[in-house]
Amino acid sequence: MREYRESDAVDFVIVGTGAGGGTLAALLAEQGFSVIAFDAGGYFRPLEDFASDETAQNQLYWTDKRVLDGPNPIKMGGNNSGKAVGGSTVHYAMVALRFRPEWFKSRTALGYGADWPISWQEMWHYYGIAERQINISGPLTYPWGPKRPRYPYRAHELNTAGKLLAKGCEAIGIDWTETPLATLSAPHAGPEGKSPPCAYRGFCRFGCTTNAKRSALTVWIPRALAAGAEVRDLAMVGRIETGSDGRVTGVQYHRYGGWRFQRAKNVVVAGYAVETPRLLLNSANELYPDGLANSSGLVGRNLMTQTNAAVWGRMDEPVRWYKGPPSLAITEHWNYDDNKDFHGGYCWMGQGPLPIEWVSVQTGARGLWGEDLRRAMLDYNHMIGVKMVGEMLPNEANRVTLADDLDQYGLRVARITYAWGENDKALVNHSLEQMSASIQAIGAKDMFRQEDDTCHLGGTARMGSDPRASVVDADCRSWDIPNLWVCDGSVFPTVGGVNPSLTIQAIAIRTADRIGKLAAAGKL
Amino acid sequence: MTERPRYPGYDVLAKRDTPSWDAKTREVIAQRLATPDAPRFFSAEEWRIADALCQCILPQTDEGDPVSLVALLDSKLLADNGDGFREAAMPYMRDAWRQGLAAIDGEAKARHDSRGFAILTDCERNALLLAMQSGEVNGDRWSGLDAKAFFERRILVDVPALYYAHPKAWNEIGFGGPASPRGYVRLDGDRPDPWEAAEAEPGQERVAEQRNDHVI
Repeated sequence: MREYRESDAVDFVIVGTGAGGGTLAALLAEQGFSVIAFDAGGYFRPLEDFASDETAQNQLYWTDKRVLDGPNPIKMGGNNSGKAVGGSTVHYAMVALRFRPEWFKSRTALGYGADWPISWQEMWHYYGIAERQINISGPLTYPWGPKRPRYPYRAHELNTAGKLLAKGCEAIGIDWTETPLATLSAPHAGPEGKSPPCAYRGFCRFGCTTNAKRSALTVWIPRALAAGAEVRDLAMVGRIETGSDGRVTGVQYHRYGGWRFQRAKNVVVAGYAVETPRLLLNSANELYPDGLANSSGLVGRNLMTQTNAAVWGRMDEPVRWYKGPPSLAITEHWNYDDNKDFHGGYCWMGQGPLPIEWVSVQTGARGLWGEDLRRAMLDYNHMIGVKMVGEMLPNEANRVTLADDLDQYGLRVARITYAWGENDKALVNHSLEQMSASIQAIGAKDMFRQEDDTCHLGGTARMGSDPRASVVDADCRSWDIPNLWVCDGSVFPTVGGVNPSLTIQAIAIRTADRIGKLAAAGKL
Repeated sequence: MTERPRYPGYDVLAKRDTPSWDAKTREVIAQRLATPDAPRFFSAEEWRIADALCQCILPQTDEGDPVSLVALLDSKLLADNGDGFREAAMPYMRDAWRQGLAAIDGEAKARHDSRGFAILTDCERNALLLAMQSGEVNGDRWSGLDAKAFFERRILVDVPALYYAHPKAWNEIGFGGPASPRGYVRLDGDRPDPWEAAEAEPGQERVAEQRNDHVI
């Protein structure tokens, strides 16, 4: 790996190496820019460092201090954070979906949220690139939305949980399909190295030990290194510095027990929807007393999560949902049906929680403990579940601010304040009815609902066309400081009703293209 | 539990030296099974209260070799290995546990003539915990800690996770356990791989037991 000196003003310092930062690191380095990608977490080697164990793999999550606030606090942890090179893609469920085209103009086309400054046609182009470069395995034809090219790899075989989801959808008369997944269904060799196909071990959300998973760690980081980027792991960026001209000059970061400074010509913040605004706010100085890139006052605001409610039930036949990727089958029916009395959409997918996650559902949703809990757990191999990823609407009062608590580096931690709106509740209720009907129709017994779970995040540094109403422009460049960029899920004006990782990567690919063009035109 | 074993004779540890377990997994499970059964984070008094509490949450009364959940809890708190966050009205994990255990003990003493939680009967302990879960317990003894929130979002999050991280629990529920690098070939539930647990049909325990003897 190439290493840069701290006195070298590199072209790009990227803070975070997940779906946004990892992708950008590779594609900027491949264009010849000098790049250092920082991550607060470690650079794991999955084959040697990952255990097949839910508890041990807690090492992949962001478990630094944070304060949760508001009427509906967002539980932080495994399904919305990552602290490792590769970010949360190291333990994501690999669900690789495109947004519905209308969502890029949800304000003008659908009447809610905010418009993206990018057209769906342009996004379709970048989705195609992302799917090819990540080598998504997916169905031959996708039932919803405009035509899309074939997925590069064939869909995975369905496990029983997936087959039952399909049966449930057919029973209530809606379409389903094999989920497009970022894990290989056949051996692969590419510029980033060789990978075997998925071994269906089922621990996807705790890190893939075989490298079949297509994450930033296996796809983009090797390409970044090959192109001369440096990955600086275990390096927590605590502050972005600016010069007297108002432009950023580099980052203060904590590594090897002390604070250090890396010079940079550009800084890209890619820490996801909590750490990104936290860093921008923690970087406040005399020139920017409200934090960097914050003349709109929107840094940290419009935090969105996605609802992750579920319906669970017991089947007479064995299911053994621990085998294979957890979400092998999906229905996006309600993302494309506008005959609803609320805004936004949702999809739902089959589930395969491992024992610890499963017991947390039993205690969290049902409040079970004692003999009742142990008895309920005995049905583990007969359970099925369908779980939604649902769109929540942006609301300025849902936000990330700085708490007074300090973390292990002495930095103020994020306070995450969240309340569900009436629309959010209506969407969850609708989905619970639909999901219940689908598994009831196939004979699920003793059904119960998990109503308040949430997952992915977005929105705290939204992109837009108006500097007064957004933090960055369509190129992910901050309106206030031309050499400060944000490239992760924070830039989403709306979150849609699908998992965000493919969209984050498509945006990063587009941003890399745009940076190349701006540089060529002398506009960096 | 009085239930018949669903997976008689299944022992996930029999796969320890098979292609279902890799070196890292063997290391972390061995470490878990060797957790010292003595307080390192808790005081002796806290340990007794926590032990009694763990036995209520995950009772292991009628079978051999119970898992020492209090030891695993002590070890987790010693390493401060949690989610990291706190709710605005709650302390961070370690402080919440110290404060919560003291409050549970104080509550027990107030209700039961100065008898601490660890020396209550099962029935009395369960009644107190149920009152916490139902939101009927609060007041000065809790020094601002919300008893219901502590029960639901600290006790019920932390303790069951320790039990279901243990191979004994995996045997009980028929979980395949660690699966790297071998994974699975047969993805169907009713047609498992030979290295998965066999479930006993009622009255057919012997058949399952024979199959489970050959899980490797």
